[in-house]
Parts: sequence; C-alpha cells; structure tokens
Amino acid sequence: MTTMTTKRQTEGDDSGKPGSRPMLILVYLLLGIAFGIVLTRSEVLSWFRIEEMFRFQSFRMYGIIGSAIATAALSIALIKKSVLRSASGEAIAIPKKTLGTGARYAIGGTIFGLGWALTGACPGPLFALVGNGVSVMAVAVLSALFGTWVYGLLRPRLPH
Amino acid sequence: MSYWFTAPWPWYVAGPIIGLFVPALLLVGNKMFGISSNLRHLCSALIPGKLEYFRYDWRKSGLWNLVFLSGVLIGGFIASHWGTSHDIAVSPATKAALTQSGIHDFSGVAPHEIFSWHALLTLRGFVSIVLGGFLVGFGTAYAGGCTSGHAISGLANFELPSLIAVLGFFAGGLAATYLILPLLL
Repeated sequence: MTTMTTKRQTEGDDSGKPGSRPMLILVYLLLGIAFGIVLTRSEVLSWFRIEEMFRFQSFRMYGIIGSAIATAALSIALIKKSVLRSASGEAIAIPKKTLGTGARYAIGGTIFGLGWALTGACPGPLFALVGNGVSVMAVAVLSALFGTWVYGLLRPRLPH
Repeated sequence: MSYWFTAPWPWYVAGPIIGLFVPALLLVGNKMFGISSNLRHLCSALIPGKLEYFRYDWRKSGLWNLVFLSGVLIGGFIASHWGTSHDIAVSPATKAALTQSGIHDFSGVAPHEIFSWHALLTLRGFVSIVLGGFLVGFGTAYAGGCTSGHAISGLANFELPSLIAVLGFFAGGLAATYLILPLLL
C-alpha cells in the first residue's frame, strides 16, 4: 500500500490524463448506463424499498447493500494484491479518507440520512428516477445542487 | 435472458453487480466509485461565484464521473422503457403501515401521492422533494460521500470515516422515518 501511495503521488492523482485515452470516456458512459439499469432493476431507486429498509420490514436492501460491500471488499483486496495498472495507465491506488474530528462524517452523514429517507433516494437514484420518468425528481436534483452550494458557502464555519 | 432484463432482480444478484462497479472503475481509470461528488462538479461547472470549495478544475477531476452520471440517467430511461413495468412488491407490513398513513397508490417506483408535479406544492410533496433534495445535497457534500462513496466504496476499503458516515445515514434515516414522516403523511 505504501509503495502504491508513493507511485500515486509521483504520477498525480485524479488527472486521468485527458486526451491520452479518449475511448475511456465511452467506457464511463457505458458503465453509467449499466448502473442506471441496475438501480432500476434492483429497485433500490424506489421510495418504497427505502421505507421498508428504515422500518426493518424487508431484508432486501440489507442483502443488496451487504453483498455489494462484500463483493467490493473482495475485489479491492484482490486488486491491492495484484500489480495491475488501470486501463488509463495509472497504478491503482485508493487514497485513505482523513478522519479529522469525525464531526463532518457524523453530522453530514445524519443530514444526508434525513434526506435519503424523505426523498427515498440517494444521489445516484435521484438521477435514475428522472430517467425513469419521475420528472418531478428534477426538482429534487436542483435542490440537491443548491444544498451542495450552501455547504460550499458555509464550509469555513462548519466543524470538520 | 430477456426475463433477466425485464424482471426485478433478487438481492443476491443485484448486490454483487453493484459491488462490481468498484473494481470496474478502479481497473478502467483508477477511479473511486462515488456519485455525490458530481453535485460538487455540477456546482463548479454551472454556478458562477468565488466560493473556494468550487474553485478547482472540474473537467480534470470530475468529467469522467459526470459522464458516468449522464449514463445513469440514460440507463434509468432504458430500463424503464424496455420490457413491462412491475409494481414494487412492497412488504405487507410496510404496505399496511403506509396505507394507514394515507398512501394508497402503490403503482410505480415512488408514490404518486407525494412524488408528482401535482403534489410538489403540498406540504408532504414539498418537504419530501425540495427539503429532502436539499438535505441530500448538503449532507453528502458535508460528509464527503453518499451510499456509493461511503457505504459501498468506503466500507469495502475498511475506512473508519465511512463507518461513522454510514451510522449517521441510518441515524438520520430512522429519525426521518419515525419522527418526520408520520407528521407529513
């Protein structure tokens, strides 16, 4: 992990070297389309499914999120063991999140949780719902953009 | 094959497929799976101003993710138009509780009684859509991630900050479900 982090620093992080692999943009689009289909077919974009989850009346969402985490954790462990480079040519490295006081995670997380239960959607599903024809969710998207902007405004005064 | 495409997927199919987006994005471009940073990128790209949080090269760090996000919208459209639509098989207990609270329309992915243009200016529509959306945007920006970035990517990488965030997600979600929704519905 240490060597991977060093490599990452020397090569720059999120640059993605624009222009060098333009085909990759198409891959991101296709992956996004696949994700939109998955969100719909898995029904995780449904307000009803989120209601079931927070009322502990269905195992479905817990099964989905739990098995998604397990699959991702196994994949990350395998990738860390390997010396694979990404298709964009970078060494694969996952930057650690900084804890700080932890306040941003506890408070921000709770605020998002309130919104998650009220809209019945996290950010991905908000957009997938618009695609599904629940057009009023475009208002929720605009509201979410405004919320993010207000965070940017208040950021210097918030505990992190 | 077409059955798998049009029918709702069981959790043990849907979950692992969602999890595979993490290695897919790492292997394609050394990117971490996370949707909510797009809200920041969109603000940076669309809203003029001098706020430091939005002053960075969004094309360089976020264009790939915005392209992914536009795919999510298209994917939602494709999935909803391809094949027959199914009502969500809501658990009987939830259905009973919601019916008691005045939700009667269980067709579609979200109740039309709350999530429609018609309901937008009612109290429950406004709180669910406008206030709820605001809290999603503010909270994910503050927490630095959402269900994808913290609950899936973060927990899969054993990050303590993500665990704190996810506990917060649930604290907030339970508070909204048991304290706010009963007042609205």
